Amino acid sequence: MLAQQIVNGITIGSIYALIALGLTMVYGVLKILHITHAGVYAMGAYLGLWVYRLVPNLFVAMIAAMVLSGLGGILIERFLYKSMLDKSRIVPLIASIGLFIAMEEAFRLIAGPYVKAFPVHFKVKPWIFGSVRISAPQMLVFGVTIVLLLFLWWMVSKTRMGKALRAVSMDREMADALGVATDRIISLSFFISSALAGAAGVLVGVFYNSVYPTMGDIPAYKALAIIVLGGMGSIPGTLIGAFLVGIAETFLIGFVNIPLPRDALAFLVMIAVLMFRPYGLLGKE
Amino acid sequence: MSAYIVTVSITTGIYVILAISLNIITGYAGQISLGHAAFFGIGAYASGMLATKLGAPFYLCLPFAIVVTGIVGAILGIPCLRVKEDFLAITTMGINFVVQAVFLYVPFFGGALGISNIPVPSFGGAEMTKPMYLTMVVFFILVAIAVDGWLTRSWAGLALASIREDETAAEMSGVNLTRFKVVAFVIGSAMAGLAGSLYAHFMSFIGAADFGFPESIVILSMVVFGGIGTLRGPIIGAIILGIAPELFRPILDYRTLVYGAMLVFLMRFQPQGLLGIDSFIVRNVKRLFAKEAA
Repeated sequence: MLAQQIVNGITIGSIYALIALGLTMVYGVLKILHITHAGVYAMGAYLGLWVYRLVPNLFVAMIAAMVLSGLGGILIERFLYKSMLDKSRIVPLIASIGLFIAMEEAFRLIAGPYVKAFPVHFKVKPWIFGSVRISAPQMLVFGVTIVLLLFLWWMVSKTRMGKALRAVSMDREMADALGVATDRIISLSFFISSALAGAAGVLVGVFYNSVYPTMGDIPAYKALAIIVLGGMGSIPGTLIGAFLVGIAETFLIGFVNIPLPRDALAFLVMIAVLMFRPYGLLGKE
Repeated sequence: MSAYIVTVSITTGIYVILAISLNIITGYAGQISLGHAAFFGIGAYASGMLATKLGAPFYLCLPFAIVVTGIVGAILGIPCLRVKEDFLAITTMGINFVVQAVFLYVPFFGGALGISNIPVPSFGGAEMTKPMYLTMVVFFILVAIAVDGWLTRSWAGLALASIREDETAAEMSGVNLTRFKVVAFVIGSAMAGLAGSLYAHFMSFIGAADFGFPESIVILSMVVFGGIGTLRGPIIGAIILGIAPELFRPILDYRTLVYGAMLVFLMRFQPQGLLGIDSFIVRNVKRLFAKEAA
């Protein structure tokens, strides 16, 4: 029972991690709260479903959704955020919220307000270790998350591009002055973060067998709580925050009967942590 | 005036008070709040519960709501002092979710049923009519404008502006950050509590869903849309965005899409807001008058 709860918690945490990592990367380079990220996540789910209906191959659908979401992310950065960087921080925030609202409405108008099924038939049998059961969709979530996290770790810490990305997120102007192609790095980080969000959208669609216009609502604010918990812009902090929230939520639902919804609890934890560490768990002043 | 127009005017008037109050916290003091609807809700619940549980008259409920919301604003403002900028924005958002959850899950606050049968205020021995209620709302808008005017002209307003522009420099110049941030939070929250009380006694039914995070976004959008940091901006923003859903009724299916797109385009091309400092309209009106004077 306990081990099973941990496995379920890690599944939820993996999905949170994929969404929140992109958000934290964007915050790292541009210092904006990118609410539209949750819209990109829902867009990824719809794109994945659309491609899957054309080509019934989950791998193809996942890659297509990631690439298209990534390109969407670049468009958002180029046409929306680029002109707002020298404005007060509330300007990109409101624009981001407005775009998120508009995107949700666009999904509803194009695809209909109903929940769409994402029917994927797995040929793999669930793994059973004693009392712990890992279903095929859970394996998919773990597998994709591990591959993407390893790729992200390799890219950020081992490549020249990753070095440039870290430089830009430390100090954008200084990196620019030292000859880093900041524009390209910012676009790259939007591509990667939006692709991660797209992948998360497809995974959630498959895992819960449902895709709907407002599926981004809860991730929109929960991912914010997670990146704040981890210390905004910190990739390891975000990972810790995501798995912490995922496991905590599963436990609270599984064992304790608290008269508060789990979403409010995530925020209560976040506020409590911020009182002792105002810059998050691994954040720097 | 038809009853429909009066009703829309009253709700829009309540939004005007909310926008003015949020502008004090976010526009003058520069503290981004994504949870203003929480204070709106606290005012509405305080007023509605005093009226329904103890049978208190409206004229007692309204000041009670203002005081309670002001005190809660001070208490919740204290943790907000620990965090800055984007951390503050998310903390206030968290406060909104927690407050809403308390309303929804604690039986004392009516739970999912909310609070119903909040009495309509009486005036001169009879129940207030809707036009009378509208007159009262307009009166309180004028009170809010007066408080706003007093604040911006006083030393406190200057201190808040210095905090907004550069916190470190303000602190170095001897501005007591804690004191003035709490002042902004208390005045802004108390005014939201006033709006909440007016809302509760007008709707006669309130539920936790009315005071969620989306409502906070609506209020903040009004402030930014009209022009943050000015008095005219939030008022115009609240009027335009308050009436917009009614004007867009013929295109019902697309109105939320249009609403979102409006925010995006305004921020992209006119980030100061419609009537903000140095916005397109304000610049041209000033030029027009400058010519006439010359």
